[in-house]
Parts: sequence; structure tokens; C-alpha cells
Amino acid sequence: MSELTRLSAAELADRISRRETSAVEVTQAHLDRIGSVDPVVRAFLHLDGDGALAAAAAVDEGLQRGDAATSPLAGVPLALKDVFTTADMPTTCGSRILEGWRPPYDSTVTRKLREAGVVLLGKTNMDEFAMGSSTENSAYGPTRNPWDLDRVPGGSGGGSATAVAAFEAPLAIGTDTGGSIRQPSAVTGTVGVKPTYGGVSRYGLVAFSSSLDQGGPVARTVLDAALLHEVIGGHDPLDSTSIDAPVPPVVAAARAGATGELTGVRIGVVSQFRGEGYQPGVLHAFETAVSRLRDLGAVIVEVSCPAFDYALPAYYLIAPSECSSNLARFDGMRYGLRCGDDGTRTAEEVMSLTREAGFGAEVKRRIMLGTYALSAGYYDAYYGQAQKVRTLIIRDFAAAFEKVDVLVSPTTPTTAFRLGERVDDPLSMYLSDLCTIPSNLAGNAALSVPAGLADDDGLPVGLQVMAPVLADDRAYRVAAAYEAARDATDGDPLWSRVPDLTEDRLSGPSIDTEDRLSGPRIAGVVGR
Amino acid sequence: MPTISRGEVAHLARLVRLAVTEEELDLFAGQLDVILNSVARVREVATEDIPPTSHAIGLEDVFRDDVPGPCLTQQQALSGAYATEDGRFQVPRILDES
Repeated sequence: MSELTRLSAAELADRISRRETSAVEVTQAHLDRIGSVDPVVRAFLHLDGDGALAAAAAVDEGLQRGDAATSPLAGVPLALKDVFTTADMPTTCGSRILEGWRPPYDSTVTRKLREAGVVLLGKTNMDEFAMGSSTENSAYGPTRNPWDLDRVPGGSGGGSATAVAAFEAPLAIGTDTGGSIRQPSAVTGTVGVKPTYGGVSRYGLVAFSSSLDQGGPVARTVLDAALLHEVIGGHDPLDSTSIDAPVPPVVAAARAGATGELTGVRIGVVSQFRGEGYQPGVLHAFETAVSRLRDLGAVIVEVSCPAFDYALPAYYLIAPSECSSNLARFDGMRYGLRCGDDGTRTAEEVMSLTREAGFGAEVKRRIMLGTYALSAGYYDAYYGQAQKVRTLIIRDFAAAFEKVDVLVSPTTPTTAFRLGERVDDPLSMYLSDLCTIPSNLAGNAALSVPAGLADDDGLPVGLQVMAPVLADDRAYRVAAAYEAARDATDGDPLWSRVPDLTEDRLSGPSIDTEDRLSGPRIAGVVGR
Repeated sequence: MPTISRGEVAHLARLVRLAVTEEELDLFAGQLDVILNSVARVREVATEDIPPTSHAIGLEDVFRDDVPGPCLTQQQALSGAYATEDGRFQVPRILDES
């Protein structure tokens, strides 16, 4: 593998801007890497090699003319979750109902990335409409975890996390509605950030649960995530929920944190997020991380947030309720799939046949669950109560942040589970989001930073750092300090220990994914 | 006694325009019952005096100046359509005449 694929985004941008290496070379190195490992890990749904090389060449030409680099990430390749619209690439959301759909416009995130000179390699796999915690709900087959190919990469953004962990891209964009950036990052040993709700525009982000959805960065280092955060963040008049305030100074915070000093920083350990249901190896790694934070000078206190115990049930009422409304737009009339239009059926019949064929089981479950929770007679008992729980969670956060600067917990209760293990049991799948959901409901910033490997199964564990609304920089500072200390103790960064995927490691996959992997996923979607 | 019956799930499927199969009805009725029983826990904590939150960041009434901005061309808007006619979306008949 080319050395270029193992460099950080910051280092790549630096070399490109100083013209020590060209953006085209960097992009080609990543395309080559994708060519050799993506047939195994399946992180991408669509590749745009020609478009990526052209974008990279444009960056090189600008630098050759003597122009200043368009951003601190100019020329750096990126993998974009297939839920952001792209005018030059399909946008499927991992769903049959949007197979091959070419949006007529770019999302704001897409536009900002292009304007910053970031090179879009392609679109990454995801649970259908971002509903899931394993990427197995993709209509185009699962993505595999580069640390163990029999295991899931988390979800919904398993493609983005895997692309970064497997050195297919130094950067990726994910979206986090209940943990879909942070949980995949935890189980793939990458850094994933859910910015404060409203910090990154949702314009052109295909909506799942509008009051919770938030785009954010995925990277191998905290600084890289911060650099990407500043490129995609900021106010957007096209998103009425976008916050009209400056992007928190996350890059400065990441640089300050990397000096390894946390003296006087108050860190709260959430007492609700450990104990029963948590894998011992995860808890042990978490405790080791907390003692490392203490060694860096932080003051560690225990903080109780009793309403967090009700975050999961509240989320699984609020998110399905919003999704049942948002996904009503997929009606087979104006774009996307249409089934059964034989000239005799009515629009309503065609609509029902289209949605039946176009949506997968989890999407159907959530649409029905949400419609039930919103229906007359049940509204107060379910949706109304869930909204009150949301208030209680916000109050718990507010009380906690009066005592501490940030809160920490494991990102998810277990390491990566096996492909197929939770597919038929929705409730056990939902438990993956136990620790990440409170920050979606309260809108505050939260990230996951690798906390080493679990001592019971050798798989990555994530440390979640939660900060108040618009104090995203605090989470970056703590995570960067922790990352520097962890790398100093371990002798090498966690990401460097990913198994070499170019060896034949696919002997005897434990589940019957072969037919799905070689199936119609390719047709019309993957451009290779 | 389940929280949600198979008949209720069939009704929901009609409301949300999903032509579900009989097998799916059996599957979803069981799964939705398990999920609903689990999420019903939200009733335990939230009492009368707690206001609901629909949106975490307290933004309201976001306005912009009432001036036309760029928008999709007709061709762009129709670009993803299954079928078009005379520059419009062609759709199946709306009325059921049977």
C-alpha cells in the first residue's frame, strides 16, 4: 500500500500545498487502495475516479499558478455518505427506492467540500435511510469491519467509518441521528464527531429525523476531524434550523489539546452508562481511558443523569415519528422507483406497491411505529411522553454541565458484533445506540475517540466525550489530549494496527452474505 | 394480550401505503409489539408539569427577506421522474373508477 494512504489529512494537505506531492498522486493512491480492498470491505456504493482525479488536478493547477490553497484540506480525498445529494453522482441512501437516482442539486456540505478543494472519491454504504446500527440494512449488502471481516462496522455510517479505517480515504462525512457517526467510529477505531445540532447544514441531507439528524466528520485523528468540521460547519440560510453563529474553534482546541494538558478540566463520568449489558472489555478500556485523563490533570467526578435511562425508548418514538412523515415523500411520483404502473392501477395502488418493493424491513417497521405513535388515541401516551423525556434529558445535561466541563462514557456498550447477530432482533440492535442517543435528543456536541482495544476480544473501543451546545471545542480539546497520551503510552496510534486487508482473509465467512455481495448491488450503482 | 394486534398493523400498513404481505404482517405484528412494550417505559417518568420538547435548540420563527432566489429549472425538476408528458410529471390515474 502506498505510504500516502497512511498519512493524516493534515499532513497530506501540507505536502500538497507545499507541492512536495500532487493532489493527483494522493487521489490515485487512494483509488488504488480502494481497488485492492473495497471488493473485501465494501465501503463504497459508488466511485467517481474520473471526477476525483479532475478535482485533484484542479487543485494542483491552482497551486501551480501560485494561488493560495483554497482551504487547509485542499487536495485531500474524502468519502461521502450516500445520504448527501451530489449532482454528479447517484444518491441512494442505501435504499432500492432511490437506486440510481441522480439529484439535480448538491447538498450544502457537498458544495462546501468542493469549494474547499476536498476531493470527493465516491459515496459510502449505509443502513437504509440511516436507520440501523450495523450497515446490514443497506439494500446493497453489508460493509465489513476492517478489524474483523466477520463483524459489522457499526451503523448507519459503516461505509464512511470503514473507508477511513481501511485507508481508502483519510476523511469521510457521516450523519448522526442516534449515534450513526460515533458508534461506527467506536467499533472501527476511528474518530467520529456529531457537532452541535444546527452546526452543519442539513440542506441536501436526505431527512430521516429532522430534529435529530446532524452531519459531521470522520477521520483517523482528532485534528483531522477538526479541520473537516471547520470546512463543513457554519450558518446556511437554506437550512432554517442552521445556527447563525460562528463555528466553535475546534481546530485551535484540537491543537491545544494535543499538547497534552488538561489541568483543571472537570470531567464527569456518567454513572448510568456502565454495568449490566456492557462488555467487560469495553468497561475496562473505558476505565483505563478515564485514569489516563486523570493523569493529564483533569478532575474526574461521577455525575448521575437519571433521565438518560429513558433516552433509548424516547428516541425510538421520536425518530420513527419524524421518519414516518419524512419518508412519505417517497411515493413513486416525481423521482425514484415506481412499481406496478400498468395503466390500470391507481396512483395509490402504485404508491403502495412502490413503497413495499422499495423499502426494507427496518424502514417499514419504523414508518409503521411512528405512524402508530402519532395516531389519535396514542399520541399523548407515546409521542407526547417521549417529548417530555426529551425535556428531562436536556435538564440532566444542563445540571451536569454546571458541575463539569464535559461528560464521558463508553461510546457503545460492546465492540463490533458479528454480521447477522442482531439482524432479526430489532431491540438488541437498538441497544447499540444507548450511550449516544442523549446528545441527539439534547442537541449538544459529542464525539467518539479510539480508546484502545478491548482486552477480551481485541477489537476497538470508543471513548465518548460530550460537551454543551456550541462548545464542540471542549470535546475536541479533551479528545486530542487523550489521543496524544494514548499514542505516547501505546507507542503507535491505534489506526496503525488495522490488519492488512490485502492478504486473503476471506476464508469462510460465517454467514451467507456471498449472494448479496455478488448480487445486484453492482448494477447501476457502483461505477467500477 | 398484545399491545398491538395484527389487524392494527394491517391498518397501519394501509395508512402508510405499504402493500405488505401476509408473512410481513405476522413478522411486523410480533416485532412492533415487542418494541412498543419496551418504549412504553417513557410513561414512567414524564409527569404532567413537564413541558414537551420538539426541538433541542430553541430556534423559532426563522425568516428571510421575501426575494426570489435561484431554484431548479423545469428540466432539472423533471430529471428524476419515472415518466413525463408535456413538461410535467406523468402519474397513474388518481380516481378509482371501479
